[in-house]
Amino acid sequence: MNRSRADGPLAAPPTPPRQTLHIVSGKGGTGKTTIAVSLACALATAGRRVLVCEVEGRHGITDLFGRLPLDGAEEPRLTRTPSGGAVHGLAIDAEDALLEYLDTYYRLGFAAKALEKFGFVDFVTSIAPGLRDVVLTGKVYEAVRRQRKGLSDAYDAVVLDAPPTGRIAQFLNIHEAVSGLTKVGPIRSQADSINAMLRDSATAVHLVTLLEDMPVTETDEAIAQLAPTQIAVGTVIANMVRSMPLTNEQLRIFADGNGVLRVPGFDEADNKALAAEFGAEATRTLDHRRLRTVLDGFGKPVAEVAFDPGGIDETAVFAIADQLRAQLALERS
Amino acid sequence: MTTTPGFLDIDALIADRQIRIAVICGAGGVGKTTSAAALALRAAEAGRKVVVLTIDPARRLAQSLGIAELDNTPRPVHGIDTSNGGSLDAMMLDMKRTFDEVVLAHANPETASSVLENPFYVALSSQFAGTQEYMAMEKLGQLHAEATESGTWDLIVVDTPPARSALDFLDAPEHLSALLDGRLMKVLLSGARGPFRLVSVGFNLVSSALNKVLGGRLLTDLQTFMAGFEAIFGGFRERATHTFELLASPQTTFLVVATPQRDALREAAYFVDRLSDEGMPLAGLVVNRVNRSALDVSAERALAQAEDLDPDAYAVEISALRQHADLVRVIENEHLLLDRFSASRLTVAHTLVASLPSDVTDADSLRRVGSLLAEQD
Repeated sequence: MNRSRADGPLAAPPTPPRQTLHIVSGKGGTGKTTIAVSLACALATAGRRVLVCEVEGRHGITDLFGRLPLDGAEEPRLTRTPSGGAVHGLAIDAEDALLEYLDTYYRLGFAAKALEKFGFVDFVTSIAPGLRDVVLTGKVYEAVRRQRKGLSDAYDAVVLDAPPTGRIAQFLNIHEAVSGLTKVGPIRSQADSINAMLRDSATAVHLVTLLEDMPVTETDEAIAQLAPTQIAVGTVIANMVRSMPLTNEQLRIFADGNGVLRVPGFDEADNKALAAEFGAEATRTLDHRRLRTVLDGFGKPVAEVAFDPGGIDETAVFAIADQLRAQLALERS
Repeated sequence: MTTTPGFLDIDALIADRQIRIAVICGAGGVGKTTSAAALALRAAEAGRKVVVLTIDPARRLAQSLGIAELDNTPRPVHGIDTSNGGSLDAMMLDMKRTFDEVVLAHANPETASSVLENPFYVALSSQFAGTQEYMAMEKLGQLHAEATESGTWDLIVVDTPPARSALDFLDAPEHLSALLDGRLMKVLLSGARGPFRLVSVGFNLVSSALNKVLGGRLLTDLQTFMAGFEAIFGGFRERATHTFELLASPQTTFLVVATPQRDALREAAYFVDRLSDEGMPLAGLVVNRVNRSALDVSAERALAQAEDLDPDAYAVEISALRQHADLVRVIENEHLLLDRFSASRLTVAHTLVASLPSDVTDADSLRRVGSLLAEQD
């Protein structure tokens, strides 16, 4: 399509978020994978191709779409978003990625097979310090780089379903990991390139949390651990947030067990059962509200994703994508 | 009370004196540590002499157990009822320290210090994904030996690390020993000992490829590390095998922990299958954070009711009814997922632990979780 200025003023095209690499972490059980996939859907607006990668071999991405696990180097399309973009998936396997890496950078050919046979591949991907992470992030680096190289299989954005908050700083701090080991050579220069990508303004780490003590504490710790690495924390995403119009004072009464309900048509026992049930919910909500203020104190933008009582499937993922798109618009340049 | 088939009877497990090790495993974030601590406390108050080995407890839980210090030593937990003759000790695993102790115990001082300073060792002991698992098993072996010898404990409860891939703690010892005893090491060591051009074309090929990829200094570090490790871990494989046998023996039982959510149950199914493949004794599944409602009103009716009420006069009632509707839908969804799990794994007993409105941070709330664990659902 060839538009010229003569066509008159056009509506500004929607500016895509400026980040091209989104790294999603969070404590186990916070819905990190769901958010990573939803974020990929949110970024896949009309005509855009987005890749979502997992590195822990849990097959969580495909499970959300009710598909069989991804295999090897495949990057199949997982879904077409309602707005007309495409989301592709990739499960990065450390051993495959290492062999691919050796092939690309060293052209070892036959020797690479020998290395595999002698247990070197297993060694690097499990024991050799930091090298596993270099290999895993190296594959992500390759996917992000395709766009700059103008390759036909390039993506407009890449989302990484990263390791949980407890390990995220270590996972991303590749520089630190390999610097003690190697000052020069190809591994070092590869690590340096990955480092540069991670510290680029086009990269952001999003931390998923629930409004509960432990995940919020871990989010705080992850922010503190990431600070010296100069890898930017983008948004803190509070997941499974429930809406509640009542005031703290109203909730406190029920949390303390003093609330009385008078639902017309309910007998006394029903009203009591409902009040007790609501008391537990009130306690939880008060806690959520307290922790929500704690999150604000971290000095990062906070996005909220509503709790879905129906559970998570493809439809729910699209609904979360809409919520994320509306809130992460703040990040656009 | 009669026990229906399919119910995981925690009190029967505690009463079974033959069981001396309980391993708690499950995905991250499902409440493994809480389940381990609650089981340990209940067993102690029922008269067992218990030590609970935790990996990374929430700070406040650790404080309440009196193990806020990460010093790798079992400490007595106070504030429990010892009238049945039981006791409770708790310890938090310090992975690096445990590893250092293994090195110090099995090498002469000179080799030990060269290994402890080697960058590969430093990384292996503090970062390697399987080290925590291996060290948890190493510590379990030590505690078990101590328990058998001194009679200090008759039940060891082990909280497993949040694994990268589900059962790393079963694989890690074998994996590590395979790596260290493997052919790569022989190549590296022969490189350290002189020219191996004569050995074979394969070795030569590998050596030059290693040089190309890793560079000279890295290779030297690696060789020093491997040489040191060979001296230390001569009996490595035997110890790993011994731990594995201990886990597979009738004195051990495994509890898999999950929450009624899709990914947690998917992981649990994987654990259950892996354990039965390995012939490990599985007690059953603990399902934490199960929602319940005492009010028999459907989601539809609650929502319709909320719709009809005057929002000014009945603001609180409307919120309460909507909250109930959400809860009922959550419960329905949980039932569906649990039914699916049970249908595909018929022989696995389970116990449900109701969702608590606040975090478990003290002995009283642990006691409450303990009775929810033991109660028949």
